[in-house]
Amino acid sequence: MSVAQPLPHDAARGHVTGAARYVDDIPVPRGCLHLAFGLSAEAHGAITALDLDAVRAAPGVVAVLTADDLPYANDVSPSAHDEPLLATGTVHYVGQPIFAVVADNHLAARRAARLGRIEIDPRPALLTLDDALAADARFEDGPRIYRKGDAAAAIAAAPRSLQGVIEIGGQEHFYLEGQAALAVPQDDGGMLVHASSQHPTEIQHKVAEALGLAMADVRVEVRRMGGGFGGKESQGNALACACAVAARLTGRAVKMRYDRDDDMVVTGKRHDFRIRYRVGFDEVGRIAGVEFVQYARCGWAQDLSLPVADRAMLHADNAYHLEHARIESHRLRTNTQSATAFRGFGGPQGMVGIERVLDHIAHDLGRDPLEVRRVNYYAAARDTNAGGGLSAPRSATPSPPEGISAKMNEADLASRGAMHEAVEPEGPVAEPPPEVQTTPYHMPVTDFILHEMTDRLAETADYPARRAAVRDWNADNATLKRGIALTPVKFGISFTLTHLNQAGALVHVYQDGSIHLNHGGTEMGQGLFQKVAQVAASRFGVGPERVKITATDTAKVPNTSATAASSGSDLNGMAAQAACDTIRDRIAGFLAELHQADPGSVRFDAGYVQVGGERYTFEEAVSLAYQNRISLSATGFYKTPGIEWDRIAGRGRPFFYFAYGAAVTEAVIDTRTGEYRLLRADILHDAGASLNPALDIGQVEGGYVQGAGWLTTEELVWDDRGRLTTHAPSTYKIPACADRPDVFNVALWDGANRAETVYRSKAVGEPPLMLGISALMALSDAVAACGPGYPALDAPATPERVLAAVAQVRA
Amino acid sequence: MEITFRLNGEVVRVADQPPTRTLLDWLREVRGLTGTKEGCNEGDCGACTVMVTDGGGARTLNACILFLPQVDGCAVRTVEGIAGPDGSLHPVQQAMIDHHGSQCGFCTPGFVVSMACAHLNGETDHDDRLAGNLCRCTGYAPIVRAAEAAAAGPVPDWMRDAPVAAEDDAPAGGTGPDPVGAGVGADWGNRAPLAATGAGDAGGPGAGADGAWRPRDLDAFADWYAAHPDATLIAGATDVGLWVTKGLRDLGDVAFLNGIAALQGIEEREDGWRIGAGVTLSRLWPVMARQWPSFGEMIRRYGSVQVRNAATLGGNIANGSPIGDSPPPLIALGATLHLRRGAERREMPLEAFFLNYGKQDRRPGEFVEAVTVPKRPGIFRVYKLSKRFDQDISAVCGAVWMRLDGDRIAEARVAFGGMAGTPRRAAAVEAALTGAAWEQATVDRARAALAEDFTPLTDMRASAGYRLSAAGGMLQRFFDEKSGAPAGVLEVRP
Repeated sequence: MSVAQPLPHDAARGHVTGAARYVDDIPVPRGCLHLAFGLSAEAHGAITALDLDAVRAAPGVVAVLTADDLPYANDVSPSAHDEPLLATGTVHYVGQPIFAVVADNHLAARRAARLGRIEIDPRPALLTLDDALAADARFEDGPRIYRKGDAAAAIAAAPRSLQGVIEIGGQEHFYLEGQAALAVPQDDGGMLVHASSQHPTEIQHKVAEALGLAMADVRVEVRRMGGGFGGKESQGNALACACAVAARLTGRAVKMRYDRDDDMVVTGKRHDFRIRYRVGFDEVGRIAGVEFVQYARCGWAQDLSLPVADRAMLHADNAYHLEHARIESHRLRTNTQSATAFRGFGGPQGMVGIERVLDHIAHDLGRDPLEVRRVNYYAAARDTNAGGGLSAPRSATPSPPEGISAKMNEADLASRGAMHEAVEPEGPVAEPPPEVQTTPYHMPVTDFILHEMTDRLAETADYPARRAAVRDWNADNATLKRGIALTPVKFGISFTLTHLNQAGALVHVYQDGSIHLNHGGTEMGQGLFQKVAQVAASRFGVGPERVKITATDTAKVPNTSATAASSGSDLNGMAAQAACDTIRDRIAGFLAELHQADPGSVRFDAGYVQVGGERYTFEEAVSLAYQNRISLSATGFYKTPGIEWDRIAGRGRPFFYFAYGAAVTEAVIDTRTGEYRLLRADILHDAGASLNPALDIGQVEGGYVQGAGWLTTEELVWDDRGRLTTHAPSTYKIPACADRPDVFNVALWDGANRAETVYRSKAVGEPPLMLGISALMALSDAVAACGPGYPALDAPATPERVLAAVAQVRA
Repeated sequence: MEITFRLNGEVVRVADQPPTRTLLDWLREVRGLTGTKEGCNEGDCGACTVMVTDGGGARTLNACILFLPQVDGCAVRTVEGIAGPDGSLHPVQQAMIDHHGSQCGFCTPGFVVSMACAHLNGETDHDDRLAGNLCRCTGYAPIVRAAEAAAAGPVPDWMRDAPVAAEDDAPAGGTGPDPVGAGVGADWGNRAPLAATGAGDAGGPGAGADGAWRPRDLDAFADWYAAHPDATLIAGATDVGLWVTKGLRDLGDVAFLNGIAALQGIEEREDGWRIGAGVTLSRLWPVMARQWPSFGEMIRRYGSVQVRNAATLGGNIANGSPIGDSPPPLIALGATLHLRRGAERREMPLEAFFLNYGKQDRRPGEFVEAVTVPKRPGIFRVYKLSKRFDQDISAVCGAVWMRLDGDRIAEARVAFGGMAGTPRRAAAVEAALTGAAWEQATVDRARAALAEDFTPLTDMRASAGYRLSAAGGMLQRFFDEKSGAPAGVLEVRP
């Protein structure tokens, strides 16, 4: 069967030969124009003069657009309609687009965009968390709070307690392909948009609004992205809308791509966080109660910050059963880029918070942090027989209503930033019985497998012996110190905006037996297209080469959710499966009738269709079906069952299931300069029954390195005027080749998903990023070897921060 | 200016392009060869990597900051030319597929070209060969596995390019093995750029109507530049390239210096070397590494392969950057800088060239001709500190040379980059060391003296305080290396 085979990425050959096309590689119609934005140089202020004469006079310029020239909506926000495409009177961050230049080539547009004379009357800018807190500048009215038990009382009654704070920096996506879009006017007044986007439906929606068209008039096609990582969920809206407006205005195709520096200055990044904590615990480190206050720097516009901050709260427990917990979340508004989705979507920040707490407790007690982690783990799933169906008790409460109330008509329903209140479940969410262990948001945890995974990983990574060896080595070395840490990951799988957990697919079988596959998921490198193609091939019992993978297209599958939240293969795999099964069952029904057999006995396997004693090749069966007027085209639809969630109350079941993983990282630091190396990483990750173990391991390896980069060398720096000073790879340092650990062992856990997912696989896009937390904790362990104090290492742990932490523990 | 080169095996002549058109833009927009990608447009990500072959062999360069005239006479191979003419895959391409080395695929063409070039040259230090190619998806492990798997595969015939120059008109002199990416240091004076290219009357001997010239003869060039001191000199273009791609500047009259063989020499003498300003960091690397492994290790981390293949020693000095990595070690070694204007030559200790931030002791029309580096017997170490080890600009670069007399320090020369507006010697540190016993107390005094020598700045790379303490850490490390313990984290194995 095609599923579970370690096939290469579907476009691997195109990648290595350079034949694979990205938006900027698509041959453009004659006369295609090019766009560039003129950007704000001030963090906050009123535009008092806008002199664009020199821009208009520049060579190659065809038109210049300001907010006044936009015929319809001036809005690229995925949520609160607070993000104009072009600034209207006030600028809110350095890099905000103010005008757009339409020119006959890319370079001419870029050159002209710098010629604008913009006078801005500066206003005080809120740049930091502290600025925003002092001004009480925030999204939502006040802090969001989730509670379980009585954390304050539990901390007060605990034998020991401590408190602390960690600063966690943001992260630039650094997708290798920058944002890009190409709009091609159609002869019927419609618009075709090629976008580098994780969310074609969002692009379609925003472009329709910008052009005053119905969504049906706009078609968005996405064949592939050169990386997304969340950065192309909402951040491509501006380019697509600008291109569409300019294309409408000029009647010509218009393309826009950001130069790298513009991309980094204009677009949002991962939210930086500050997390304060207070925890009470006993002599073995068991947590009695814990309080978190999470401060998220959201930037100037709301974008997806509310669900991002929610997810940080939802991962404040990570793998640990917290009887008494209080999580308070502040979503703060600053005059900086509007922070956005980034792989993990707040989960990583929340998880770093609790991992810091465990590390701190272990240091306080002088115990092995792994032992402290394990005593706090959730209890193991009782039934270790994987594949036993949904593991959690299901509520009798009906699913949220499918219908949407009238006030949502204007909202961006397909966005994670949609205003959630209107789609909350009616009535209270069902409570689990008291004997069931629950998360701080009262969701039962019944599929917990980290005990077994931790045992296995500790053994294969030789953790106990290596920990002892690290201690011995440190005793002999004064200037270089090693550290080792094992950290777990438990990540909730589903969009927390419940209605997004749906997907569609469209499958055609042609009369020659070839199969055309389309679904709402987008390909950004994660291998989604291949995994879904493997599902489709398996349903028909044919080889994957027979399945033609096609570009995501809003005209084929409508109303798609973003390819985000790790949901791509779970949702689209199921939708494709449903479409394939519809066609397969029609063929089976027809052949069964022909052969007087039971339709259930018809077998599709190894390129053949068996019915009764007869065997057809798949092509013969399809041809026969066609000649007998059997429909060979079908849509498929899937919605995740059994999830219901009240985000205001912080109660319910936001997740279908959890994905798990664990990593051991060993590091060495230089106490003279703070330099360090990651020496070795051992990873065991849970992808359920993997649809494609090779692609899944690729996600794990890449996710770990990206997560470790976030917490080590990737430092975003703004100056005191709000200018991002790390706006290019020369100054912003993602991991390079030699930064991966010298020894890098990655394995997949061999259990199936207990939840009924496609072939019992698990989502694997985001969770591995958080394996990189072990790198931060290994560095903390190494610093702790330098003196009696607790390192309290902030992230990113640049060499500078490591050296400062070394000084601190020695003080 | 008209240029000729071989592109994926086929000779092409280009006459209608501005001299500062980048090879990348020309490939993508004129030739429609879109396999070569633009990732950063500043030579840092490697998505635009191409293979360029000249008389010195095949090397990788970043096409985004490579101007068309720089490949005149060469052979260029893009990702479209890595597979065979019949479509058969190169061993590194097949290995990348087999080992799942691509995910989003956008960086992949650059990796494939880097890997194919290393494969051609028999280079197996994969981490170094690939340090200039960023990947955001894979975590690199599968790419390195692919490179290892492909190493044993045969080099396909089509990969062996011949430069056009060999059959056409070889550079004057013909002794320079490295015309491409070499040349004299670009001048970094704060001149206002000329209004536009195409000032035909500003051209020197051989200058075209577009104001661009690629001289072959050093004397002719020297005379011309003395008369046209406002012209922009382009050697490797790893810096000047960004004036165009990021600064969007018109450079006015330009001279491409990589055809001047007389600037390419590395001449070894009994007491040192005379290194032509046009020698690339790639060529300098083995020479320095043989004498001083620590200097070699710094050059290994200087930029990336693609950058070192283009960047010249003269350029790194002449641009006057306070964070250029070659000046600190050369100053510590007591290198001499040779300047020339027309027929007039003068020389000075390298440290004297750097007057102030952005200001060098270089007169209009004067250029860096060579550097002489003495073989100064003693202990010598170079330390480069950056957020990321590979392909990062130094927060601090420190170089310490010392001659011991018994257990006393007879002589010490210490220089730092990143600690002031220019690369500079640390006089107070040297004074604290010289004549003292080589012991911890002396190190402590030397560390304390750093604050007398330097008042560093805070920027996005490091804070002032960190620069100062880490520079002290370098002095400590220099002392610690006496004991033979692992010198730094790169020497620690798992």
